[in-house]
Amino acid sequence: MNTGATTTADHVPGTATHDDHGNYLTCDKGFRSWILTLDHKRIGVMYLGMILFSFLVGGIMALLVRTELLTPTQTIMSADDYNRMFTLHGAVMIFLFIIPGIPAALGNFVLPLMLGAKDVALPRLNLASFHIYAVGAVMAVLSILLGGVDTGWTFYTPYSTTTNGAVIMVTMSVFVLGFSSIFTGINFIVTVHKMRPAGMGWFKMPLMLWALYSTAIIQVLATPVLAITVLLLVAERALGIGIFDPALGGDPVLFQHFFWFYSHPAVYIMILPAMGIISELVAVYCRKPIFGYKAIAYSSIAIAIFSFLVWGHHMFVSGQSDLATVIFSALTFSVSIPSAVKVFNWLSTMYRGSIKMDAPMLYTMSFIVLFGIGGLTGLFLATLSTDVHLHDTYFIVAHFHYTMMGGTMIAFLAGLYHWWPKMFGRMYSMKWANIGATLVFIGFNLTFFIQFIMGSKGMPRRYFNYPPEFEIYHQISSIGSYVLAVGLFVAGGVLVHSLLAGRRAPRNPCGGATLEWQADSPPIHHNFDEPLVLTDPYDYSGQEWDETVQGYVIAGASKETSST
Amino acid sequence: MNAFDSAALGQPHAGLRPFLAQLPDSFWMPSQASSVASEVDTVFFVIYWISAFFFAIIVGLMVLFAVRYRRRREGESVAKTAHHSVALEVTWTAIPVIVSAILFVVGFKGYMNLVTPPRNSYEISVTGQKWQWFFTYPNGYVTSELHVPVDRPVNLTMTSEDVLHSLWIPAFRVKKDLVPGRYTRAWFEATEPGTYPLLCTEYCGTGHSDMLSVVTVHESGRFDTWLEQAANLYDTMPPAEAGEMLVQRKGCVQCHSLTGAAGIGPTFVDMYGHSFATKEGTQIVADDNYIRESIVDPMASIIAGYEPVMPTFAGKIKDSEITYIIAYLKSVSSLGGTDEDEAAAADGEGTETEEASTEEVH
Repeated sequence: MNTGATTTADHVPGTATHDDHGNYLTCDKGFRSWILTLDHKRIGVMYLGMILFSFLVGGIMALLVRTELLTPTQTIMSADDYNRMFTLHGAVMIFLFIIPGIPAALGNFVLPLMLGAKDVALPRLNLASFHIYAVGAVMAVLSILLGGVDTGWTFYTPYSTTTNGAVIMVTMSVFVLGFSSIFTGINFIVTVHKMRPAGMGWFKMPLMLWALYSTAIIQVLATPVLAITVLLLVAERALGIGIFDPALGGDPVLFQHFFWFYSHPAVYIMILPAMGIISELVAVYCRKPIFGYKAIAYSSIAIAIFSFLVWGHHMFVSGQSDLATVIFSALTFSVSIPSAVKVFNWLSTMYRGSIKMDAPMLYTMSFIVLFGIGGLTGLFLATLSTDVHLHDTYFIVAHFHYTMMGGTMIAFLAGLYHWWPKMFGRMYSMKWANIGATLVFIGFNLTFFIQFIMGSKGMPRRYFNYPPEFEIYHQISSIGSYVLAVGLFVAGGVLVHSLLAGRRAPRNPCGGATLEWQADSPPIHHNFDEPLVLTDPYDYSGQEWDETVQGYVIAGASKETSST
Repeated sequence: MNAFDSAALGQPHAGLRPFLAQLPDSFWMPSQASSVASEVDTVFFVIYWISAFFFAIIVGLMVLFAVRYRRRREGESVAKTAHHSVALEVTWTAIPVIVSAILFVVGFKGYMNLVTPPRNSYEISVTGQKWQWFFTYPNGYVTSELHVPVDRPVNLTMTSEDVLHSLWIPAFRVKKDLVPGRYTRAWFEATEPGTYPLLCTEYCGTGHSDMLSVVTVHESGRFDTWLEQAANLYDTMPPAEAGEMLVQRKGCVQCHSLTGAAGIGPTFVDMYGHSFATKEGTQIVADDNYIRESIVDPMASIIAGYEPVMPTFAGKIKDSEITYIIAYLKSVSSLGGTDEDEAAAADGEGTETEEASTEEVH
């Protein structure tokens, strides 16, 4: 233990020149050193850049959609442009931002560090995943240049096989992106199985790893179905083979079954890693062992399993059999239970903790509120008789934005702020980070809560023109989206500013007990160069606050550390 | 099966009767105008209050903890509390299980009612196509707005001509997709005479948000009279007026404006008798036969500058109705054929030389 702590002294940030040459960001220079790197941290950072750019593009599209909806008729674009805009907003946000967001960017960075490992098990596959993602993203951009797509991100047939536009390009982009997702999944499964350090049994793993592991299982099992589905769609569109279009002897409801067989599990590809982040952060920022570790770990696996059994709840009014509808309703309720269990365990962790209201914790608490609303409104949709009324209205739009954006995107920001000092070795302005988090929370609720009300009152989704009585609701929602955008720009600006002028980060500014906090900030190329002190990931008793470095150090090591 | 009869259905919710008041357009819901609406709303508000209760507990505790246990200084000692509790885990697993089970049963019963039409319901068949509705009554009469009797179960047998559509009547709490190549069914019993919106809720392209119609619920005893009169209405009017009514009711005006502005299709104003370039570069004259062809086989020749998106009306419109529409188009065109001969000349392969020579003969 002491040896580990003593060597720490060599790398206290902000002191030695060692820092400028030795960390993973600076150890090698030039474009090729990045684009051909096998370092999981660099791949994670490149993913982060691409993902944040996609989020920006998808977000601009969202703002254009909301601006168009300021008035009940045409405001800034034609009906066809509007249809293309919300289609690409959905496709970009889902396939380029939310699905890879947490696993491929943050997960890639922290997973090997949390295991105390040098890299993932299959570094070349990891790089291939990134390159494939880049190709898929370029294809998505090309589809815009080829005339755009107006099918909605769900590509429902027979509309998608008969409409004009670059449907083949965008579905093939989804096909390619799917492989990137599968590669990341395989990599994480192998890494978690094979590279846990001696002494880290399954139930000694950080919960983030349980979440990434469950996510990886879904990615590997479900994504091939999406690949098959879009290939069939392309075959029908390009070759006229009748699979989904009744004019060619196909069945359009079959497409919905195929599509949701992937896309419902995909919802949990999006939310499970978010829950993993929240499980980590709530313990760290309350400085208390996570309550109900096994319940949270098992609930991740339960969600991964149940996620495959509920796809038909997207189709309650589609014309599928009433028997199927009833069974899917029952199964859908089952998936709500592990999610509820997690929320109660997080709350219990806060009880009598030492709660630090920093930006990551503010986002964590936002997550609990917003995901709470998203989850509870799911009850209206799992219940058959109310779903019939609410299906395909703004109620649905609000529900999935509360879970996907209020859930996953907020958790992504929580994780980004949490690990930012580790990733880039810089501290950010906590005051401005908190202002950003507050603006995001207010803007989000302003944008989306009103959509529940207009949906249940009779406003269908994907409407270009709408009845004038809904104008005030839409205007409130649009104004909310501008507030949300300002909040996100503040949140992003804080991070950019930290890179330029931020104080150098200590090893462990937040007091995390997982292994990544024993690495330098930013870590060296091969992550660790001294023996690790392996403790329970949620045992904070071995740490103490060091005023000099403004961070936590391993107890008993503070004197040596502060002397440098 | 009888358990799902509408009469038996209210029983499980007898204890919830106080919620069942007939609400007008409320904060959350549109007005209630069908036999199932108040029950659907009751379920909605039961879930609403359950959700509000749990939400208040979760957020209340979270805020309380965040304030009470906020970190006052770094490195402060943290109370030792239990890391897990089987009793708590079981409790907060069991409570959601019970709540979910109850909601499932309530939703299931409500749903069986929504999908099981009573015997001897009044049958109306529904066809959706980009971007209009056709409602066919038992006597063969077709409308683009739905008319139904009050206090009588109505069964809609529905299909689509092209892509997916979905019929939604918010005031009735009824929704069902229209699927090409198969039939779907929706039923309701309207309880309040009046007019209510009917919308498409499955995205179907450019005109999706204009695929709107209304349901008119006729007072007791008035429906049959309306249907009989309406079926013969056009034959009792001057042809151009009948045509004007038809272009509204058949939904033509959603794409073909009456203002002179181009829409998804060319405007009806000054269409008749004028000549246009087609996509293929040939010239056509919008005469009686061209208009007839465009209604029954719209893809045959498309005027340049417009997309080939119009669905066929073959089988959905009577010959006499086409005649009335032509009469109407004449009445809004500067070449509206007051001069019989000019129209006749434009018939067939009417070229300018032919027209000129005909005039010379006169």
